[in-house]
Amino acid sequence: MSTILAYWNQIPLYLQHLIIVFAEIVGVMMTVVVSVAFLTLIERKIIGWMQIRIGPNQIRMFGLPFLKGVAQPFADVIKLLLKEVLLPAKADKVVFLLAPLIALTTALAVWAVVPFSPVFVLADVDAGLLFVLAMTSLGVYGIILAGWASNSKYAMLGAMRSAAQIVAYEIAMGFALVGVLMAAGSLNLSDIVRAQSGSMLTWNMVLLFPLMIIYFISGIAETNRAPFDVVEGESEIVAGFHVEYSGASFATLFALPEYANMILVATLAAVLFMGGWLSPFQGLLSDTSLLAQPSFLWLFVKICWFLFCFLWFRATFPRYRYDQIMRLGWKVFIPLTLVWLIVECGMVWMRIGPWSHFG
Amino acid sequence: MLTTILFYVFATMLVGASIGVVLSRNPVHAALFLVLAFFESAALWLLLEAEFLGIVLVLVYVGAVMVLFLFVIMMLDVNVEEMRAGLTRYAPLGALVAGIMISEIAYVVWARHLGLNLAIEAPPLPEHYSNVHELGAVLYTDYMLPFQLAAVVLLIAIVAAIALTMRHRPGHKKQDVSAQVAVRRNDRLRIIKVDSENYP
Repeated sequence: MSTILAYWNQIPLYLQHLIIVFAEIVGVMMTVVVSVAFLTLIERKIIGWMQIRIGPNQIRMFGLPFLKGVAQPFADVIKLLLKEVLLPAKADKVVFLLAPLIALTTALAVWAVVPFSPVFVLADVDAGLLFVLAMTSLGVYGIILAGWASNSKYAMLGAMRSAAQIVAYEIAMGFALVGVLMAAGSLNLSDIVRAQSGSMLTWNMVLLFPLMIIYFISGIAETNRAPFDVVEGESEIVAGFHVEYSGASFATLFALPEYANMILVATLAAVLFMGGWLSPFQGLLSDTSLLAQPSFLWLFVKICWFLFCFLWFRATFPRYRYDQIMRLGWKVFIPLTLVWLIVECGMVWMRIGPWSHFG
Repeated sequence: MLTTILFYVFATMLVGASIGVVLSRNPVHAALFLVLAFFESAALWLLLEAEFLGIVLVLVYVGAVMVLFLFVIMMLDVNVEEMRAGLTRYAPLGALVAGIMISEIAYVVWARHLGLNLAIEAPPLPEHYSNVHELGAVLYTDYMLPFQLAAVVLLIAIVAAIALTMRHRPGHKKQDVSAQVAVRRNDRLRIIKVDSENYP
């Protein structure tokens, strides 16, 4: 141990810094990827239980006699990586292979600004919320380009649907986030969490409840999850934008970014509206007690709740019709968020509630 | 030093992407090169510590405007041969515009040597300096009226675009969504109590 430490101290300071940052980035990325793997398993299990089925129940970890089905995601990944990557003859080859990479990169890049705990955030940048919005809005390129480059009618239709849907819901999502940053007075995600500290009643969830609902539903629409998954629409356009993809390119285009974005929407909903890493017992118990300490665990619990909602909605709601999706986005959510922003402006103006401290 | 290297990397890629926009035969490829060009200019703004402008460039132009561009381009079947046919006709005009722009850029670069030192390093910004705060403070105080006017102009443009393209064709069948949403069970469903038949 001491020899390792001696070697470490010989490295120049800037290299040490670089190595630590690199290790942190890889750590966060691997965590996201492993979470994605287990989310697919949990999704199939939960939906199975909701439909009175068992779900994946065959593949065990290391041949252990219990926890049947736990190793299912690993089996899926191995299967997908070993499959042949097919290139359609009439496809635009470069763009066809570029699209999954764009989807993957943008889905992973957003995690740079997410505050995981009071001390750990990869990049504590000032305009964190803007960065999140910019990066999530780029994710649509992966889908559009995949649909166009495939040179297939179904893929094209899926891409068109996706472009219109994501542009529509991004506006409502952006307005919901404007409400949050008005409440916090900052674009930095750590500051937004800190501005909610006090007790459970000072979380943004209480005063911005409509915005939280709108944010979360827009998030579901942005990630193309059921009930807004007309982009895939198995019953109408086969599998939409990823119909021509197979093997590893399918895994990186469709499975990984979609689930990573789900986790991201859940994390952001927790960070922006439910106090992120703040403890729900803060203000109820004394500040010295263990349960009232802010930590990553609380964030984890909140993320799990929102992810469960994702799966719950998928098991519960039938798919929306496309014109209804557009109507909900443009004619219902955008006016609602605007009204709530005016209400919030009034509260700030009259110094009501948590905004009384604003000079 | 590092900033200078990064600047030249981003600048080279920006110029390369712009050339790609002009030269690529496929309109979708041209649009993608334009996206790359926007990215590089956003990176240049980040180097100037204007992170708000940089990120908003990505958010608005790359995230929204170019998506709609691609949306339209993909649905059009652009005939490249037909476009090439007009090349010689518009070439003099293009050359004129390009000439004016090049001479302007050359003038700015040359003006450095007239004692106007344009390349001075900006003074380092104080800690906790927030781009967003400063911009907001200026936009909502000194430039309140122009800012609001710009917003109104954009709104008029949206309304005008909708008004110009909206057509009311007579006899057009469409769904009345609010009627569909407001429908109740009793409008659609009639429950009839039928006496069970006696089995002989």
